[in-house]
Amino acid sequence: MTQSAPKGQSFEHDLEKSDKRVASFEAHSKGGLHRLQHILHGNPTLVPVIVLLVSVAVFGLIAGGKFFSAFNLTLIMQQVSIIGILAAAQSLIILTAGIDLSVAAIMVLMSVIAGNLAVYSGWPAPIALLVAFVGGTVAGLMNGLLVTKVKLPPFITTLGTWSIFYALNLWLSGAQSIRSQDIDANAPLLKFFGEALSFGGARITYGSILMIAIFGVLWYMLNHTAWGRHVYAVGDDKEAAELAGIRTDRTLLSVYMLAGFVCSIAAWASIGRVGSISPQSFYEGNLQSITAVVVGGISLFGGRGSILGALFGALIVGVFQSGLRLSNVDVLWQVFAIGWLIIIAVAIDQWIRKVSA
Amino acid sequence: MSAHPILQARGLVKRYGRVTALDNADFDLYPGEILAVIGDNGAGKSSLIKALSGAVQPDEGEILLDGKPVHFSSPLQAQDAGIATVYQTLALSPALSIVDNMFVGRELRKPGFMGQYLRQLDKPAMRAFAREKLSELGLMTIQNIDQQVETLSGGQRQGVAVARAAAFGSKVIILDEPTAALGVKESRRVLELILDVRSRGIPIVLISHNMPHVFEVADRIHIHRLGRRLCTIDPKEHSMSDAVAYMTGAKEPGDKAA
Ligand SMILES: Nc1ncnc2c1ncn2[C@@H]1O[C@H](COP(=O)(O)OP(=O)(O)O)[C@@H](O)[C@H]1O
Ligand SMILES: [Mg+2]
Repeated sequence: MTQSAPKGQSFEHDLEKSDKRVASFEAHSKGGLHRLQHILHGNPTLVPVIVLLVSVAVFGLIAGGKFFSAFNLTLIMQQVSIIGILAAAQSLIILTAGIDLSVAAIMVLMSVIAGNLAVYSGWPAPIALLVAFVGGTVAGLMNGLLVTKVKLPPFITTLGTWSIFYALNLWLSGAQSIRSQDIDANAPLLKFFGEALSFGGARITYGSILMIAIFGVLWYMLNHTAWGRHVYAVGDDKEAAELAGIRTDRTLLSVYMLAGFVCSIAAWASIGRVGSISPQSFYEGNLQSITAVVVGGISLFGGRGSILGALFGALIVGVFQSGLRLSNVDVLWQVFAIGWLIIIAVAIDQWIRKVSA
Repeated sequence: MSAHPILQARGLVKRYGRVTALDNADFDLYPGEILAVIGDNGAGKSSLIKALSGAVQPDEGEILLDGKPVHFSSPLQAQDAGIATVYQTLALSPALSIVDNMFVGRELRKPGFMGQYLRQLDKPAMRAFAREKLSELGLMTIQNIDQQVETLSGGQRQGVAVARAAAFGSKVIILDEPTAALGVKESRRVLELILDVRSRGIPIVLISHNMPHVFEVADRIHIHRLGRRLCTIDPKEHSMSDAVAYMTGAKEPGDKAA
């Protein structure tokens, strides 16, 4: 930037003497609260991690050994595994500034389809599962097409498909459960994720391991591939992402399809977890997955938060439920506490997002 | 001006319902120049550059790059052809880092298995490249290239957007109102940045409302009025008040127009 003659307007000449490094990148030096805000802004999973550790410690003190045993801690993992996997799918959608009310409905429908084919129609279990995986992906594609091509808001789209998938599920199942014994006799593979590694008092189900693995894979995809960066950019500001050269509709479609696929994996895991296949199960799963995501510090406004937050969010909810139960607190206070968790998590998100330069 | 225009438009028409944003607009940009585009609010400046950059598709007319007709159905296609645009809104993703923003849509992957099959990004290479480009433009004094863009000031963000436009071998850079949202000092810095980019031989289209800025840096001034090019003037032969008079319709350009 070398100019010989003094350029610029006369009123600007005094600027020559002033600090012109406006476009340099300097460190901030501001007050403590402001710094905290910046730290949380840069590390959105910090809050859920702290909440998780503190709640484990607190319930360990209150409920003692009953809570703080290897058995109970691995039981919590089992209990949250299905909602956890759904929360992974939900996180993908929420990162794009959407919301998916149909995740649990897709899961239950796919478990019914896999069960019907493998148990009643005598299909080989792997083929039945493959059909369920394709079905979940197609269900996600349907949500995605309605959002990108018909341009419906995700909330309305998935409110509608929730009902549709739920009705299909009741129709296919005749509102009847598939009994555990029948699954064992015809297609034991469907219950694979209910099996466990046991050592000491700990009982780690394959379903719990699956949940961790799914979060690991999605974390890699979101943080270490171009696709992942595009998911964040689209959720952050779709119009800006489009102008910057991202094919935003394609990105959104891929996200909805992947979410549907993950729901169909959850379908397989849920059969192992529950034992039977019930069309009425997980009716609140849609909302519980949203709770886990929000408590995990992923912004409902899109583009912010780490998918690992949803794992911690699911675990926090599980720890609260288990801890309060083992402390002999009435169930209604569990519900009460989780309500506050949601509200506080969203309030913190609002505060963090107000971070300024 | 040397030989042939690098970027041309002929008879562009763009309608939004009953509003005609572009009404038979022509446009010419020559190699190595800074062409300012001025016009009243709503004259159709943003629509013109959106058509040139693939963000909107004109209803009629043609666009020529290096003399060859081109059709852009998305900003990505225009970028690939070498037309980089810094939109009025900047089109940055505030929650993403400086590096991520600079490479959006053009990410580098690791060599070998990790890159090819696991599609892993080469973050160290992207950081190094981003740092180099920001330094070249004098934007990188110190600090954290992984900082989120929303923690930057207006001038810094503009700097990142310009660096992104200049970094990838562009033939043409279009800037829509780059100083409109900035203070005096930041505006000055951005003007220096524009002159610096031109000194690298990249022609620039500068849309601006700010007459002093336009007259300071522009080689030619395209005056846009009611959706079309009214005339092109030489800033050395016309005064700011002439330009404002043409732009608002208070005066018609005579044979003095360049
Ligand atoms: N997306 C759009 N939808 C409807 N009208 C638009 C749109 N974009 C621009 N216009 C209209 O087109 C005209 C030209 O706008 P614009 O190109 O933004 O002008 P400028 O940038 O010169 O202020 C204005 O009347 C504006 O309201
Ligand atoms: Mg404009």
